[in-house]
Amino acid sequence: MSKRVALEASHAVAEAVKMADVDVISAYPITPQTHIPERLAEMVANGELKASYIPVESEHSALSACLGASSVGARAFTTTAGQGLELMHEVVYVASSMRYPVVMVICNRALSAPISVWGDHSDVMACRDTGWIQVFCENNQEAFDLTLWAFRVGEDSRVLFPVMVNLDGFTLSHVIEPVFLPEQSEVDRFLPKFNYPFALDPDRPMTHGALGLPDLYSEAKVAQEVAFRKSTGIILQGWKEFGDIFGRYYCPVESYKAEGAKTLLLTMGSYSETAKVTVDERQAKGDSLGLLRLRLWRPFPFEELRQAVKGVETVIVFDRCISFGMGGPVFSEVKSALYGEEPRPKIVGIVGGLGGRDMSAEDFGYVIDRGKEIAEKGSDRILEVVGVRGEMVSIRGQ
Amino acid sequence: MAQEKLRTAYDFTWRDMEVGNIVTEAGNASLRRTGDWRSERPVIDKEKCSRCGRCWIYCPDGAIKIIDGGYYEPDLYYCKGCGICANICPVAAITMIEEEEI
Repeated sequence: MSKRVALEASHAVAEAVKMADVDVISAYPITPQTHIPERLAEMVANGELKASYIPVESEHSALSACLGASSVGARAFTTTAGQGLELMHEVVYVASSMRYPVVMVICNRALSAPISVWGDHSDVMACRDTGWIQVFCENNQEAFDLTLWAFRVGEDSRVLFPVMVNLDGFTLSHVIEPVFLPEQSEVDRFLPKFNYPFALDPDRPMTHGALGLPDLYSEAKVAQEVAFRKSTGIILQGWKEFGDIFGRYYCPVESYKAEGAKTLLLTMGSYSETAKVTVDERQAKGDSLGLLRLRLWRPFPFEELRQAVKGVETVIVFDRCISFGMGGPVFSEVKSALYGEEPRPKIVGIVGGLGGRDMSAEDFGYVIDRGKEIAEKGSDRILEVVGVRGEMVSIRGQ
Repeated sequence: MAQEKLRTAYDFTWRDMEVGNIVTEAGNASLRRTGDWRSERPVIDKEKCSRCGRCWIYCPDGAIKIIDGGYYEPDLYYCKGCGICANICPVAAITMIEEEEI
């Protein structure tokens, strides 16, 4: 039987990593992720967790050490945030292209400048195209569950891709909530030992990381993309198996009171819980409104999203990041995913919650009202940002 | 990958790529033809050659073969035409010749 305990999300992640019985942890502490490596280091130091903890000098080295561990078949974990993820960037691509199933938890943090330790999705959006399986958590339970699940899916011999588990810095990473912790025997049933088929071994020499000339590089990338797209099936299967053992079932696109709704608000991460409060209030007043939350960000859940918006008139996408010169990255993806739909809903993008700016239920009310207004009348504004002071310039920048 | 049967990249489709592009067999670099990007080739003048073996020692790719009588010869399947052998030869027995002049 699982027990219910009050845990900070960061500590819930550490518990999941411990129960996954990782072999190697290599991490560099950075706000707001610090509590995760701190807790894991403590677990290793006091003998609770038999793993090798490598205190490295940078995030670039943190992930590099995990790749080395993975190459010999060890279960490897790292964690970072914001600038740390950007410093890692080169190795982030190497991990997915060499197919090392490292699990990395990111406590999403805004990027400099100006320096900000607070949350938004700018860090992970810069890693959008790196070929990692990417999921976003809403609460502490999900932080625990998806961390455990990440090992199960990434290490599956039909997948072999690294997995990023995103939790919003502070607004999720530092929150204390009740979490169901399962029995170790249940975890062992869900998560088999990592059996990496290409582990480096002097008795069986092979080459990892060979050069790819122009006459082979395209083939290598197509093979990677095909395998990545196919991993969606195992992602779903992993969630089904998780639900069957632990009783909590997850899906790529969560629908909240969305049935029959004319307008849908689409969010990712922990701010979704606040947005749900707004949806409840509006529904109580008779508004035809629901919410979609993207849990799976990569591989992008095209099919599930298309199903979720069938018959919907307007989709209002809320982004916590600006792709400079373009707008909100989630907005752009959703728009492109739904472009071929007949009939196609109106899709509106609104940005907010940058660098830790709070989003209240009233703010989401504004997102809904302004979103509907834009869907109806259009907008010539260059960008829509919740609560920004000063009049917004037009699309031409005047 | 069944390297023993495949000799050039053009024999590979994306389906033949191993997970993570791992090369699962050891010691198969000899199957890869690396001599096809050469623009100059070394030509050894046997009359001048003193059979000292420096070209054989210095070749970074092991592309110099020892032939009958203790003489040396470039293996053009691998030779990339870098010219180190011609540069190191103490008796100037090796000349680099433009491929298109051959």
